[in-house]
Amino acid sequence: MLLNQFLMLGAVLFCIGVYGVIVRKNAVLVLMSIELILNSVNINLLAFSLRNGSPDGHTFALYVIAVAAAEVGVGLAMVLLMYRNRRSVGLDDLSEMKG
Amino acid sequence: MFSASTEAAEVILKSGWFLENAFIIPIIPAVAFFLIIFFGKKMPMKGSEFGILSMFAALAMSLGAAYQWIQRVNGVSEETYVKPIIRSWTWWQNDGVSLGIGQHIDGLSITILVVVAFISSLVQIYSTEYLHGDRRYTHFFASLTLFSAGMLNMVVAENMIQLILGWELMGLCSFMLIGHWWEEGANSRAALKAFFTTRTGDIGLLVGTSVLFFAANDWTQKTLGVSGFSIRGLSAWALSGDPSSAAITVGAVALFIACIGKSGQFPLHTWLPDAMAGPTPVSSLLHSSTMVVAGVFLVARLYPVFYEGMNIYGNSVNFIVLIGGVTIVIAAALAFVQTDIKKVLAYSTVSQLGYMMMGLGAGAWLPAVFHIFTHAFFKACLFLGAGSISHSASHHSFDMKKDMGGLRKFMPITFSTWIVSTLALCGVFPFSGFFSKDEIIDNVGYAGYNFFMIVGLFGAFLTAAYMTRATYLTFFGEPRGAAAGEHHDDEHDAHASHDDHGHDAHGHDAHAHDSHAAHDAHDDHASHGPRESGLIITVPLILLATLALGSGFLNAPAFGEKWENLKKWVEPRAEVVSVTGIAKPAGAHGETRLAAGSTDTTVPSEETASPEEVVADGTTYSTEDTVADDSELRTTAVDDSHSEATDSGSHSKAEAGKDGGHHYSDCGTKTPVGGVCYAPQLKHAPFKWWKAGMSVGIVFLGMILSWLLCVQLYTRKNKKLVGLTERNKVLGAGYSFLANKYYLDTLYEKIIVRSIAHPISRGAYWFNQNVLDGIVNGAGTSTRKTAGWVYRNVDQKLVDGAVNGAGTSAENAGGALQPVQSGKVNQYGALLFGAAAIGALVLVIINF
Repeated sequence: MLLNQFLMLGAVLFCIGVYGVIVRKNAVLVLMSIELILNSVNINLLAFSLRNGSPDGHTFALYVIAVAAAEVGVGLAMVLLMYRNRRSVGLDDLSEMKG
Repeated sequence: MFSASTEAAEVILKSGWFLENAFIIPIIPAVAFFLIIFFGKKMPMKGSEFGILSMFAALAMSLGAAYQWIQRVNGVSEETYVKPIIRSWTWWQNDGVSLGIGQHIDGLSITILVVVAFISSLVQIYSTEYLHGDRRYTHFFASLTLFSAGMLNMVVAENMIQLILGWELMGLCSFMLIGHWWEEGANSRAALKAFFTTRTGDIGLLVGTSVLFFAANDWTQKTLGVSGFSIRGLSAWALSGDPSSAAITVGAVALFIACIGKSGQFPLHTWLPDAMAGPTPVSSLLHSSTMVVAGVFLVARLYPVFYEGMNIYGNSVNFIVLIGGVTIVIAAALAFVQTDIKKVLAYSTVSQLGYMMMGLGAGAWLPAVFHIFTHAFFKACLFLGAGSISHSASHHSFDMKKDMGGLRKFMPITFSTWIVSTLALCGVFPFSGFFSKDEIIDNVGYAGYNFFMIVGLFGAFLTAAYMTRATYLTFFGEPRGAAAGEHHDDEHDAHASHDDHGHDAHGHDAHAHDSHAAHDAHDDHASHGPRESGLIITVPLILLATLALGSGFLNAPAFGEKWENLKKWVEPRAEVVSVTGIAKPAGAHGETRLAAGSTDTTVPSEETASPEEVVADGTTYSTEDTVADDSELRTTAVDDSHSEATDSGSHSKAEAGKDGGHHYSDCGTKTPVGGVCYAPQLKHAPFKWWKAGMSVGIVFLGMILSWLLCVQLYTRKNKKLVGLTERNKVLGAGYSFLANKYYLDTLYEKIIVRSIAHPISRGAYWFNQNVLDGIVNGAGTSTRKTAGWVYRNVDQKLVDGAVNGAGTSAENAGGALQPVQSGKVNQYGALLFGAAAIGALVLVIINF
């Protein structure tokens, strides 16, 4: 079975996602990168599920998708609020938390 | 409706719906209790209708069960053990111990069920009039109903835990009912006294139950498959030869202590007269069929345990006989110095309970149970009669000397029912008390207790005398006080000063706190003087008096064997019942029975060759035959073990025929082989007219002497007799000894409580002053010194240093970490992933 290929794909997607989260200044793009990370995890789950022949991984992946949808909903709502208040979605402008 | 017995099908016994479902009987009043509590006040009759209807339903079911039980008993021969109808459901279970709740219906429970339900119904009807307008009317009926439910539950109880449930329910309800008019301090004290005195005895109940459980559980589980709480299991165990004599003696004595408390036996009888503080219907119920009978019932119910534990039919005087005999005499003597009519009756109850206990202790099981039965009717009638007098004639007073006298002209119905019941209580020939009390006295003598037979006869003499005195003071002579129509306004004060128990002031409580109109009505009827009570009061009286007259004929050996119905229906037959799982060695049975004849030497020899008994024996067999022929059902399915038992039974019959015993079984004398016994073989004294004549003669002697004395004392005011107790020192001492109730209350309250409480409090004070104060002071000084040192060294240097150091270092650390909190989300994300990556690396390295 092509387990390695799946894992490699997952790892690549994960790394792209992490890169996006760290580097991108646009909040929407950060959210998209987070989606990439989550989906790379899903690929890993499905790969191992297929290999072990048990439906646990599938079930778990479904959960992840559902949670990710909710997370994106909340995240986009925050972005929208951010835009309304500051007319910008740049993360560099949000540094009120600076200690 | 027939049901084969569940064990090896020996005999097909009749059963029926009422017998199978007798467990419903206590549930009916229990449900009614909740109905009264929740809906009573909104009902047209303030909740009393629930109580009365529930008691009627219970009575109807009890009568149905009694009818079916008689059918069941008549369906088999006279020596077959009639299996009780036992049903059990699991109440709770834990770790192998499971506790059932259910029913154990046999002749004894049926008898008491009928009595309790009947008396409760009448008392409830009576109370609707007696407590009319009382402000806790609804609560009164609720407690009364729950009280009956408790007693009924105890009677049908399948195991000891269920029995204790009913027993304690009664204790609680008696507390509520005795203290019904709790505004009066004396009433609530009396309620507390009743509660605590019976609680003292109840310790014995718990201890006894536990001791018997741990001793019996293994045996009962193995042999019968029931727990060691089961009444049936305990009965069989006690007679099986398995129990060690120590265990069963301790268990029986502990249980008997509970009976002493509940049934008002010496020395715990002191609560019973004080319980008169409750409303009269309560006294009537408490003292006739419930509560005080509970103790006697417990002894009768677990009779095998007491039989073995107390060594009944043994050579020495046992504990039960001793307590019973002492109680008879001391209570009867106390009844002479009471001026309160209810207290006379209360002491009379104590004395009669003494008879029952003495009978049980001497092996006269059936006469004792029969005495419960008859006593319930005539004592309820006497109490309700006293209530009728106070309600209608004596302006709510119970004082015979002050407010009564000459009432026979005004209250013909109350008077005649009172006379009938008094004659029954004294034991005059055709009245019911004769048949039961005389049987007890006779059987006590027959069992070899000659001294206690004399005690019983002396008690009968005293009973006749004090009841004559009470009757004379109440109904004869000139009317005095309230009975003469005198209305004293200052009665309340007068009572407060002279009556330290104050229960007779209840009328004022019930009325004076009510509306003004009620008070006027009260004055109104008082000014009319004494009159007969209404139908609601007199009809129960008439019914009870009829039974006081007639109930004795249920078991009247005076007229021959055919009249001994109760013996046939109620007394458990001592047959060895085979149990599946016990092997039955052939032949061994007969041998033990042969031995049984020789151990039977404790029976006095006077009855060995009496011609009457031979005749009596013959009649037994013939009746038995006719019964067997008439019955549509007889022992059809007889297995081997049963026929064997019958064979050896007839063998022993020939053996015992010489002794004049009827059906002789060796249950209780020998270890049963090949089965279990549920009841010991009881002996019955043959009825002799000369003995009965003697006791009736003694009763009449007591009445006549007492009558003459009363006439001299109370009517003629004979100078020689009036005030004799003040002049003669010996008599005076005796009088004050009695008037102070043998100083038992003083003993309990002043000496026992004080001797325990006072030294303890004194010691505690000394300890407090010297030891504790020293410790406290020393501790204080040393604490101050230590604290100073600690302040200077630890607090100032160490702690403050640590706190300051922590503050400084936190500040520095914060400053160092400040750049991390950049406020940039991307940076946070990078940190997160970096940390995760390091974590992952660590994991990988560890797992290699």
